[in-house]
Amino acid sequence: MSSLDNLFGMHTQALALWQKRAEVLSSNLANADTPGYLARDIDFRKVLSGTSGAQAALPLSTTSADQIQSVASGGMPLSYRIPTQPSMDGNTVDTQVEEAAFASNSVHYQASLSFITAQIQMLRTAITGN
Amino acid sequence: MSLTNIFNIAGSGMAAQSLRLNVVASNLANANSVASTPQAAYHAHEPVFSAVQEGVSMAAQAAGSQAGDAAVGVKVDGITQSNAPIQRQYEPGNPMADASGYVYGSNVNPVDELVNMISASRSYQNNVEVMNTTKQLMLKTLTLGN
Repeated sequence: MSSLDNLFGMHTQALALWQKRAEVLSSNLANADTPGYLARDIDFRKVLSGTSGAQAALPLSTTSADQIQSVASGGMPLSYRIPTQPSMDGNTVDTQVEEAAFASNSVHYQASLSFITAQIQMLRTAITGN
Repeated sequence: MSLTNIFNIAGSGMAAQSLRLNVVASNLANANSVASTPQAAYHAHEPVFSAVQEGVSMAAQAAGSQAGDAAVGVKVDGITQSNAPIQRQYEPGNPMADASGYVYGSNVNPVDELVNMISASRSYQNNVEVMNTTKQLMLKTLTLGN
């Protein structure tokens, strides 16, 4: 039943990504008053190209496992946010930006959830026949 | 389950902000305290926040940089005392007055403290909202497929 593994398509991975992003954004919000804290975010496009196997650029090949890998292994590609209003204490969290990102992130998460729900209901219809 | 991590992060933020509110309350309460020496006078307290990785030991925290894991909470590094100059008032009738009749007031700036209070309460509310949203998402995930 290998088709069952693929039942939900990319939505299970998307759920994990939205969860991770919610974590990053909530860290930003929690550290809104921490001096020197740099706000971070996950680039959805980068993760998508990573999971779909398409490489954005050709990675450098390494001849030994001890060499520094040009492509980060595992984990989510976190990038630092470019501040619109840099503050004196070096903190780059813009609370409004983070709140908006958090809200849109939770909508995306619920969208992924409803895609999965629709898939489950379709299967139910197929099984019960009514 | 990384959604549960958010509760820890937002919780650490709320704890830090409520400590900040606490410090503001002590500063405002002691704004008019006097002492007989500049050293003994009340100095305004200020909390120092720093980012801390959730679920990572302190040793690993010291070795690694911030860029590692996603979950970063807040911790209170300590409480510093303000170096602002102490006000001297001439009050010979005050029982706390020194030999030349001066008492030393606190260096609390009430305007600073009120601004701090508003900022802390807004940040606290932000963290509460994050927690509420996360709770709703988790409940929706639990009822997946209905």
